[in-house]
Amino acid sequence: MTAHYPVLQVIVPLLAAPFCLVLRIPRLVAIFAILVSATAFLISTALLQQVLSHGIVIYELGGWAAPWGIEYRIDQLNGYLLVLISGISTVVLIAAQSSIGRELPENRHTFFYTAYLLCLTGLLGILVTGDAFNLFVFLEIASLSSYILIALGTDRRALTASYQYLIMGTIGATFIIIGVGLMYMMTGTLNMHDLSQRLPEIYKSRTVLCAFGFFIVGVCLKLALFPLHLWLPNAYAYAPSIATAFLAATSTKVAVYVLIRFIFSIFGINFVITSLPLSEIFLVLALAGIFAASISAIYQLNIKRLFAYSSIAQIGYMILGLAIGTQLGLTATLLHLFNHALMKGALFLAIGAVVYRINSSQLHHYAGLGKKMPWTMSAIVVGGLSLIGVPLTVGFVSKWYLVTALLDKGWWPVAVLVLLSSLLAVVYVWRIVEWIYFTPPRIILTDIQEAPLSQLIPIWLLVLANLYFGVDTRLTVGVSKLAAQSLFGVTL
Amino acid sequence: MQLSPELMLLMTILVPAGAVLGILATDRYPNLREGITIAASLVLIYLVSSLYGIVSDGGSVQLLGPDLFPGFSLTFTIEPLGMLFSLVAGYLWLVTTVYSIGYMRGHGEDKQTRFYACFAIAISSVMGMAYAGNLFTLFIFYEVLTLSTYPLVTHAGTTKAKQGGRVYLGVLLTTSILFLLLAIIGTWHTAGTLTFTRGGVFPAEVPTLVTGTLLVLFIFGIGKAAIMPFHRWLPAAMVAPTPVSALLHAVAVVKAGVFTVMKVCVYIFGLDLLSILPTTNVMLYLAATTVILASIVAMRQDNLKARLAYSTVSQLGYITIGALLATSAGVIGGSMHIAMHAFGKITLFFCAGAIMVASHKTEISQMRGLGWRMPITMAAFFIGSLSIIGLPPTGGTWGKWFLMVGALDAGQWPIMAALMLSSLLNIAYLLPIPLRAFFSGVPPESPLQIKEAPLPSLIALSVTAIGCVILFFFTNPLYQLAKAIL
Amino acid sequence: MNILGLYNYWIVVILILIGFYIVIAHENLIKKLVGLTIFQTAVFFFYISVGKIKGATAPILNDSLQVYSNPLPHCLILTAIVVGISTTALGLALVVRIQEAYGSIEEHELHAQDNNDQLESQLEAYGTRKQFNIMKRT
Repeated sequence: MTAHYPVLQVIVPLLAAPFCLVLRIPRLVAIFAILVSATAFLISTALLQQVLSHGIVIYELGGWAAPWGIEYRIDQLNGYLLVLISGISTVVLIAAQSSIGRELPENRHTFFYTAYLLCLTGLLGILVTGDAFNLFVFLEIASLSSYILIALGTDRRALTASYQYLIMGTIGATFIIIGVGLMYMMTGTLNMHDLSQRLPEIYKSRTVLCAFGFFIVGVCLKLALFPLHLWLPNAYAYAPSIATAFLAATSTKVAVYVLIRFIFSIFGINFVITSLPLSEIFLVLALAGIFAASISAIYQLNIKRLFAYSSIAQIGYMILGLAIGTQLGLTATLLHLFNHALMKGALFLAIGAVVYRINSSQLHHYAGLGKKMPWTMSAIVVGGLSLIGVPLTVGFVSKWYLVTALLDKGWWPVAVLVLLSSLLAVVYVWRIVEWIYFTPPRIILTDIQEAPLSQLIPIWLLVLANLYFGVDTRLTVGVSKLAAQSLFGVTL
Repeated sequence: MQLSPELMLLMTILVPAGAVLGILATDRYPNLREGITIAASLVLIYLVSSLYGIVSDGGSVQLLGPDLFPGFSLTFTIEPLGMLFSLVAGYLWLVTTVYSIGYMRGHGEDKQTRFYACFAIAISSVMGMAYAGNLFTLFIFYEVLTLSTYPLVTHAGTTKAKQGGRVYLGVLLTTSILFLLLAIIGTWHTAGTLTFTRGGVFPAEVPTLVTGTLLVLFIFGIGKAAIMPFHRWLPAAMVAPTPVSALLHAVAVVKAGVFTVMKVCVYIFGLDLLSILPTTNVMLYLAATTVILASIVAMRQDNLKARLAYSTVSQLGYITIGALLATSAGVIGGSMHIAMHAFGKITLFFCAGAIMVASHKTEISQMRGLGWRMPITMAAFFIGSLSIIGLPPTGGTWGKWFLMVGALDAGQWPIMAALMLSSLLNIAYLLPIPLRAFFSGVPPESPLQIKEAPLPSLIALSVTAIGCVILFFFTNPLYQLAKAIL
Repeated sequence: MNILGLYNYWIVVILILIGFYIVIAHENLIKKLVGLTIFQTAVFFFYISVGKIKGATAPILNDSLQVYSNPLPHCLILTAIVVGISTTALGLALVVRIQEAYGSIEEHELHAQDNNDQLESQLEAYGTRKQFNIMKRT
């Protein structure tokens, strides 16, 4: 049983997804989905435990040895992310039933959970697989199901958002297979480990460069790196709140993982830095993204869109860490990956709870809610503080490591810019605080109550995680460091 | 019951924090709520006093907290400067609480629970700052203090209050995130440690260009010290209810700023290094300019609280000067001025609040002849003014005295001149207020029914005014503490 | 190697560009999907032609056959075709729903309607101070 954990990690949600259609009764399906996700979480913690104590876990699918069969390969990096993704997914699902109940008609509930579990399957699959083409397949599973999740939103703009995402996402995915195909042409293998062995011999080849270029652009479309982010704000703004919470916390993180995996484990950081100006490109795009998106966030009227733009900015920080190209920089990126998932999970869930009560995510409808929904609102404030990077929250930990890495590299001006950009976060978070606490209500709030417990519990779980991992960083920093070390160990 | 010193240290931070829960829980019962606040402040006074006993006997207390990141832990150590700061803040919290009860009820303010709760959080973070054992811990509590005082500034909820709050938060967060955090990370990067150490942490081989830059970042980064051009938040914060202005913007928050400057100068740079840095003089003259300019601006303010705010900006400059002079007399003078100015300025703010509650007057030009209607308030105002100016028999004399000596020791004649000029300006903008209140007769428009402020407020302001005088005669413990810093 | 010898790549590149152009330039949502499909299919061609060896047969293990094509890219493309079809199907389903919701599938008209919605909420936030009843879903 233990030996089969890697495949179970993917199979369990995959099989569970169609089973939801069989169960049909929404209440049952909801409970079932939570159970499935929780099982995935338990498996992933067991796997991380295994990786931390015994080293890399390798699983050959169907008993076929690596170059022919598909290999699942779990090291510190994806072990750590598996726990994150399945954990967030479980927490989000707890809030799902009531929130979905309000936002979707009853006959769509089952579809929602089916798509959700498929999306989870895809994301977990991307993480565990050690095969480049298999990664594409899982990527498409995750993407297709997230198009569905987004299209389920009640506003009609959800449909156009989903369509736009579908076009952009498919272009990205196709770019990725072009890259994979070129790599296969040159090396004759799709196994990531084999690729990393064979690619160094042909670094000078133009085809490899071309493959890398296609691949990077494809992945950057998926992770919404500025200026390839256009699909993201609408998709997050009009999807059902639960879907937004799940996707914002997980899907871009997984795309960043793919980027890290290919840059560090497959191509090798030396190739990337020496043969391409990738570091400079990432630096410029990341900074441009941070500032452009943060400034756009300030002017948003819809709070979901506001945080969607903030997500684009936060992705900029992760890419900035990669641009530094040192072990410290990578540690900062990995930390922010984890921490940002906690922040955005908490924030979007809290917004979901508000939507549940007032059926609106327009910022001006939040006026005066500070008194009516104190727990939800304070969750938004804590999440916002974490985004700014106030001490004792996870955001501070990320920012600290990022700035340290920048100083270590000697990039003083960039460090100043990063700190400057957190001030923009102050502005957009404080706009919300002023609406919530210091503006008289614009809509009649008399019968508005605090969010139900089934939503408050997951929200506060994530908020407390924001605070806990802001104080006790042994796990996050420890694993990030280990993962960064091992990723640099491969190439050195 | 005998508590271990470590536990007492921890309790100084936890007691006000715990009081928050009590205050929130007793939202519906104002008497109980205020009882909890007062009880907590009494316990706090007991704690800081006993800690003072231990420290003055030569004991040292240290508390190692959990590691936040590898290499950075929440550490608390008691040293004389922090002890002094916590004593001042602890005692004045009790006085202010008594005063607030009178003020808030007299003024019929709403959202009082939020007021008392945020107040307690602010005090808790002040204690955390005072006893911080490294720069990292200090920074954390510094930010908590900023955030917890924001709701107090915007308490009124009006557009004006919101704008004031924006300026307040904007300036304080901007400086602290942009400069202070950068300076701290830079310090860690060059020195490898953030622990406060006697004589400084920088190894000798670090180029003075780097340390000089860091000093500039620190001085600008500590926005709470209100060095120009980052002083705008302090006048903006005056939209807050007066007890807030009194304790936080005359004592806790601003003193937290200059306290941090002092800590950084003495324990991070060290006086020896400080005296050879190329940028020290630049910062010193900047502080002197702040002192003079703020005094001049204060003279032009008709709103009493605004005048007091600019006066505070000016007085904070004195303490920064004391730290940057890099002489022992300067440091002693600066630290004593922390306490002396605290008592003086809180008295003045209490009076301003009392006048506002009793007569609804906020402009100085309306206060002619008010002295005979509110004799106790105005007498206290007179004593407070004397202390700020630095005239005997008030405590303010000693702080200024040592600052002068420090400037003399360092051979900084321009600074001497600036300090003297500023004292003259102090006289010009403070003394006319009580003098006109007493000696310009009763103008016809002043309604006769004005009476003294509510009793709790009167008690509080008398206590601090008397404190100013007592500090002149019994100044030795304070001096010993200040001397022990070095 | 001469340029014509690489004709399969040329075809693929041209098809990719055609597909890409249609996705970007056309207003009609269905035409965009058509472009997307051409784009994807071109990539399938690329994979298949890469696996093909001149004069080779299918990979059947038999002594009489010496040269056979690489089957792996072909298998991969089978998977990719499935993915492509589901994408197109989902895309078309979305287009149908968009038609129902907006009454149009021309991009500029959708934008115009969306901008209208946006303006309304802006007005509501900053223009008028009307009290809005909360629409409660029954």
